[in-house]
Amino acid sequence: MTTSPLQFVPPQDFHARSRAALDDARLRQSFKGAMTFLQDKRRSQFGDDDELQRLRDLGEAVRKNALAKLPALLERLEAKLTAAGATVHWAASPEEANAIIHGIATARGAHSIVKGKSMASEEIELNHYLEARGVKCLESDMGEYIVQLAGEKPSHIVMPAIHKTRADIGALFAEHIPDTEYTEDVDRLIQTGRHTLRNAFVEADIGLSGVNFAAADTGTLWLVENEGNGRLSTTVPDVHIAIMGIEKVVEKLEHIVPLASLLTRSATGQAVTTYFNLISGPRRANELDGPRELHLVLLDNGRTQAYADEELRATLQCIRCGACMNHCPVYGRIGGHAYGTTYPGPIGAILSPHLLGLESTADLATASSLCGACGDVCPVRIPIPQLLVRLRTEANRDPDAEVEHPLRGQGARYSRGERLVWRFWRGAFGRPGVYRMFRWAATRLRVLAPTQQLGWTKYRTPLKPAPRSLADLLRDKNQAQ
Amino acid sequence: MNARDRILGRLRAAAPHGADTHDLEHRIDAHFDARRDEESPHVLAQRMQAALEAVRAQAWCARADEWPALLAQRIVDGGVRRILVDSASAEGRALRAALPPSVEALAFDRPLQDWKGELFGTVDAGFTVARSGIAATGTLVLAPDADSPRTVSLVPPLHIALVHAHTLHADLHQALHAERWQDGMPTNLVLATGPSRTSDIQQTLAFGAHGPRWTWVVIVTGETA
Repeated sequence: MTTSPLQFVPPQDFHARSRAALDDARLRQSFKGAMTFLQDKRRSQFGDDDELQRLRDLGEAVRKNALAKLPALLERLEAKLTAAGATVHWAASPEEANAIIHGIATARGAHSIVKGKSMASEEIELNHYLEARGVKCLESDMGEYIVQLAGEKPSHIVMPAIHKTRADIGALFAEHIPDTEYTEDVDRLIQTGRHTLRNAFVEADIGLSGVNFAAADTGTLWLVENEGNGRLSTTVPDVHIAIMGIEKVVEKLEHIVPLASLLTRSATGQAVTTYFNLISGPRRANELDGPRELHLVLLDNGRTQAYADEELRATLQCIRCGACMNHCPVYGRIGGHAYGTTYPGPIGAILSPHLLGLESTADLATASSLCGACGDVCPVRIPIPQLLVRLRTEANRDPDAEVEHPLRGQGARYSRGERLVWRFWRGAFGRPGVYRMFRWAATRLRVLAPTQQLGWTKYRTPLKPAPRSLADLLRDKNQAQ
Repeated sequence: MNARDRILGRLRAAAPHGADTHDLEHRIDAHFDARRDEESPHVLAQRMQAALEAVRAQAWCARADEWPALLAQRIVDGGVRRILVDSASAEGRALRAALPPSVEALAFDRPLQDWKGELFGTVDAGFTVARSGIAATGTLVLAPDADSPRTVSLVPPLHIALVHAHTLHADLHQALHAERWQDGMPTNLVLATGPSRTSDIQQTLAFGAHGPRWTWVVIVTGETA
């Protein structure tokens, strides 16, 4: 595997990494197999198209309703959880979120954290931050654990180790886990992971998890998983810290019913996952297990920028199922690491500019043929292709242009040359006299067409104007009749 | 200004006015109600059993007077030596009475931190009574409490659950409404469907990831609610 460790690579190297990924035959094979598998699994869950379309309508309505009332819902969630004995923290930036979590660890003299799956914690680079301060983080989701052992980052938001073959993982375990022989038997590999991680649940001072949905009316955190590591992380250690993006709250617990169905069926093609773990407070005085402390960290990190713009707000409807990446012809060929962002694929292309700014992410929106597959499968009807086009516009906008909702890094791809070409184009095509002159010149001077035409001639023969224009040909044809 | 005020301030400045979605619950209810047939507990029990078997759990339907002996025999046959069984519930007491002396029935009578290592290392099975079940997916609705803590259904490699057929719901939507979850949630409510599993290695399904490797479910039939 030529995938190098990708800790903290800048997303702006997107083109170089895409090239490298495309040249890696094994990597492409891994992704092709995984994409086909996940597409088939999803399809098997949605045999009734009418039911699917109506459920998508409901999912979209639930998410739009929640976003419309977002500030009030966050306050209600905070009030309900606080009343139940939990502590709610607010973090505008990754630095703030990391400092909050480190503060909780320090106050309890904690040295180890066992983690359930959390993309928000990946987003803030929590493991790196805490390890630099002497707190060890262990990923317990099998895929996350594999990726952590390899010193890599997840290449998919639902299946983090999707880029690895069983042979890669067998070699990785044999190298890093004491007394482990090489095997490609998946059952044995999973049992090795289970035994290695079991002690971590017993010994960890803190358990940390993400959140799939939160209900404001009951103050409930709804966690979705198959392995049981999420339940162990949120049950066995004395302290549970949950971290979630501010957009994940919905108004009522009952609103989660359609979302949960859409999530599991779209993500892994399961009617339900093994566990829906609904947490509404820390352990009560008479209970014998469960965390004595529950903390919720609410993370902004650029989400309020997307929220400010009515069109871009739809980005926040996302329930992180990964169906858009599973169906994306670009993601399926270059894989998740090429993006260099926590969230790859189509959702990553429309979300990352808000998290990181367009300066480093402007190329991602161009990694799409606008085929529309992502929008067609999105369970909450995010118009992803439309948002990709919008972000291209923002990236090419004059950096100094004043707009109502400026994006961080506006004009990152702005080019004076390109602007000049378009201005010439508009001038020529907007005025018939000028256009006729242009046509006359282009057909007569065709021999002057350059043989090197930037990226075009890298794989194709050079373009040359025809000896006669279409308008001339049609005029002759009409005269002949 | 602190982070809370900054975030809420930004959201309030942009939040749309007059968002009117009062018929949302009605639309959700209509969607799920239209796709559900009202079935007897007997039919629901059969569906529950089939759904459980589809997720590689073992499930049996048994009458109230016969399940303790039947389950005790399975426990012995399965080689279980130490099993967590509460003595607060009638079901727990019935199972304890049916178990032979060769199987040690443990009570969860201490805080977890006092015997974490022992629980993780030496207990073969945990027995819980589900609050209810969801027939469409074979899901157990578990509401852990002081008598039946959260880890009983999570840490031992074998989870044995008992669910009464008359508590079965057709689907999640019905369970949530019939039990009025919105009126108050326990600190932890778990919807468990089959044994723990993962497909994280090359999309190959494997069981016993971190939670139980085996799930057995006894569906108690022939009672009136």
